[in-house]
Amino acid sequence: MSIQESVARAQSSLKEQPWRLFASQIAILVRTEVRRNLFTRRRIWVYLLAFIPVLIFITHNIFSVYHTDSSNIEDDTLVLAGFMQVYYLRLGIFFACMGIFTWLFRGEMVSRTLHYQFLVPVRREVLVVGKFLAGSVISVLLFEVAALACFYLTYSRFGAAGRSYIFDGPGLAQLGSYLLVMALACIGYGAVFLALSLLFKNPIVPGAMLLGWEAVAPIFPSWAQHLSVTFYLKHLCPVKLPIEGPMAIFTIVAEPVSPFIAIFGLLCLTVAVLVLSCFLIRRLEVTYTAE
Amino acid sequence: MTPGATQIVFDNVSKFYGEVLGVNKVNFSLEPGITSLVGPNGSGKTTLMNLLTGLIKPSHGAIYVLGLTPQQPVEFFRRVGYCTQFDSFPPGTNGYDFIYWPLRLHGFAHDQATKLTNEALDRAGMTPVARRKVAGYSKGMRQRIRLAQAIAHHPSVLVLDEPLNGLDPMARSESIALFEAIAKQGMHVIISSHILEEVDRISDRVVLMSSGYVVAEGQIKEVRREVRDHPMQILVRCSNAAKLASAAFELDHVVEAKILSDGQSVLVRTRDAEQFSLLLNKIVSAGLVEVDAVAPADDDVNSIYQYLIGSDGGPA
Repeated sequence: MSIQESVARAQSSLKEQPWRLFASQIAILVRTEVRRNLFTRRRIWVYLLAFIPVLIFITHNIFSVYHTDSSNIEDDTLVLAGFMQVYYLRLGIFFACMGIFTWLFRGEMVSRTLHYQFLVPVRREVLVVGKFLAGSVISVLLFEVAALACFYLTYSRFGAAGRSYIFDGPGLAQLGSYLLVMALACIGYGAVFLALSLLFKNPIVPGAMLLGWEAVAPIFPSWAQHLSVTFYLKHLCPVKLPIEGPMAIFTIVAEPVSPFIAIFGLLCLTVAVLVLSCFLIRRLEVTYTAE
Repeated sequence: MTPGATQIVFDNVSKFYGEVLGVNKVNFSLEPGITSLVGPNGSGKTTLMNLLTGLIKPSHGAIYVLGLTPQQPVEFFRRVGYCTQFDSFPPGTNGYDFIYWPLRLHGFAHDQATKLTNEALDRAGMTPVARRKVAGYSKGMRQRIRLAQAIAHHPSVLVLDEPLNGLDPMARSESIALFEAIAKQGMHVIISSHILEEVDRISDRVVLMSSGYVVAEGQIKEVRREVRDHPMQILVRCSNAAKLASAAFELDHVVEAKILSDGQSVLVRTRDAEQFSLLLNKIVSAGLVEVDAVAPADDDVNSIYQYLIGSDGGPA
C-alpha cells in the first residue's frame, strides 16, 4: 500500500470514529505535556511548594531523635491537619496550580509555540481537556506524593503506636480524605487558573484576587460561597482544627453539606469553568506580537 | 462568492487589530497551483496566511479552503499544512519528534506516523540530523524541519510563509523543486516571499499586496493588463536603433524610446504593447530595420510590483 493510500485509509477510518480520535488525541496531549512540564527546571519552585512541609517533617523527625520530644499522636495529627488544610489547600496547591495551569496556554504564547497546536486536526475543546488533564496529572502526582510523605513522616516516628493509629484507628481514613481533598483542590484550582490564563494576558493579578476571594468567601452569603473552591474542600477535611480568632476564617464551616454534595459540587464547578475555557479557546487568536 | 471544492476563496475579508488595519476587503479565489503573495514588510501577507489557516479570525467576511473553514479543524487541518515564519519550537524537541507527534495527533498509528515522518524528513533533506535537538539547528535547518512538518501529512493545501528565508542556494533550489512537484500533483501551494525573482519563476499566479490591500491578483500577464496605465518596457535589439527609436516616437502610446549604450538596442516604454508590435512588424516587413531580438524588459513580478506600489511601499 502506498503512503497516499495509507493516509487516505487512516483518515477515512478516523472520520467514522471521531470519539476514538478525540480519546487518542487527549492521551497524546497528556503524554507530551506531562513530559514537557513535569521534569523541568522551570518547575523547581513547584517541587519546593509541594515538598517544603516534607522537609520540615524530616527536620522535625531528625531533631526529635536527639532531643526529648513531648509531642504525642493527637498533637501531631493536628499539626499534620494544619499543614494540609492551611498550607497545602490555601497556599501550596493554590500557587502551584497557578504556575502549572496558567503556563499550559500562556506559556505557549510566551514561547511562541501555540500555533503548532492550533495547526493540527485537533478540536480546540480537545486541546483544553488534554492540557487540563496533563496539568491535573502533574499537580496531583506532586501533591499526593508530598501528602503521603508527610503522613508517613508524621506517624512513622511513633513506631507501633503510629501503625496502630493508621491501621486500627482513624489514620487510614484520614489519609484517604487528605488524598481526595488534595486531588480535588488540584483539579478545582487548575480549572480556574486555566480559564484565567485564557481570559487575561497576565493572570497574576486575577490570581491574587482569587486568593483574596478564597480567604474571605466564608463571610459572604451562601450562594456566593458556592463559587469558591475551598468551600467544597473544607467539608471533606477529616480533622477539625482548633483555630480561633480571625484565622478561624480558614477553617470555619458556615453551612455544613454532605461529602457527596461537596465532591459533586466541586466537580460541577470544575466542569462549568472548563466549559467556559472551551468557549474562550475558540475565540483565541495567535498574535504573538501582542504578548 | 460560492466556495468551490477545489478553490481557496477570500470573500470580502477584512482584519483589524483594534484600529490598525491588517488586511482590507480582500476578494479572490485561487485554483490549484503555485500562488505567490508578494509585498513589502507590513503589507499583510502573513496576516492573510494566518487568516487562511484560522490562527486569527477575520473582522469581516469569510474564508473557505476547499469548501472548509478552520472552524472545522479535524477536517480542515488534515488537508492544510502551514509552515509559519515563527522561528520557535517546543523546548527540548528534536527534529524527529517535531514531526512524529503532530502526526500522532492527526490520528495516525505509530507505524504510519513513523513512515510519514521518515518520508517528510527525507523530502526535506533532514534525515541525517533528525535526532538532534532543534535548538542546535542552523536557521536553514530550522526552516526545512518546519517545511517537513507542514508536508508530512500530505496536505492538499500547503501554505508557506517566507519558506526560502535562510536557505543556502542548494537548499533553496531543492525547496523550489519540491514546491513545483507538490503543485504538479494538483495541490495548492501558497508562498509569500519578498525574493521576487524566485516566486516569479515558479508561480502560476501572484497576489500583490500593499498596506493591507490586494493591489493586483492573477497571472503575471493578467496583472500586467490590469495596469495598462503604466507603460510597459520592451527591449528591441536591431540593426538600426536610431531609426527604430524615431519611428516609435511617432506613435501616441510610446512614452519613451531610449537608445542604449551598445548603440544596437532600444528600450521602448509604451502604453500599448500590441500596437507597438504591429509597428515593429511593419518596419521589419519594409526592410528598414533588421530585428535580432524583442523581449519584454519588465514582465516580471518585481517591475509590476514597483509600478503598482511605488518604491515607498504605498499604493500607486
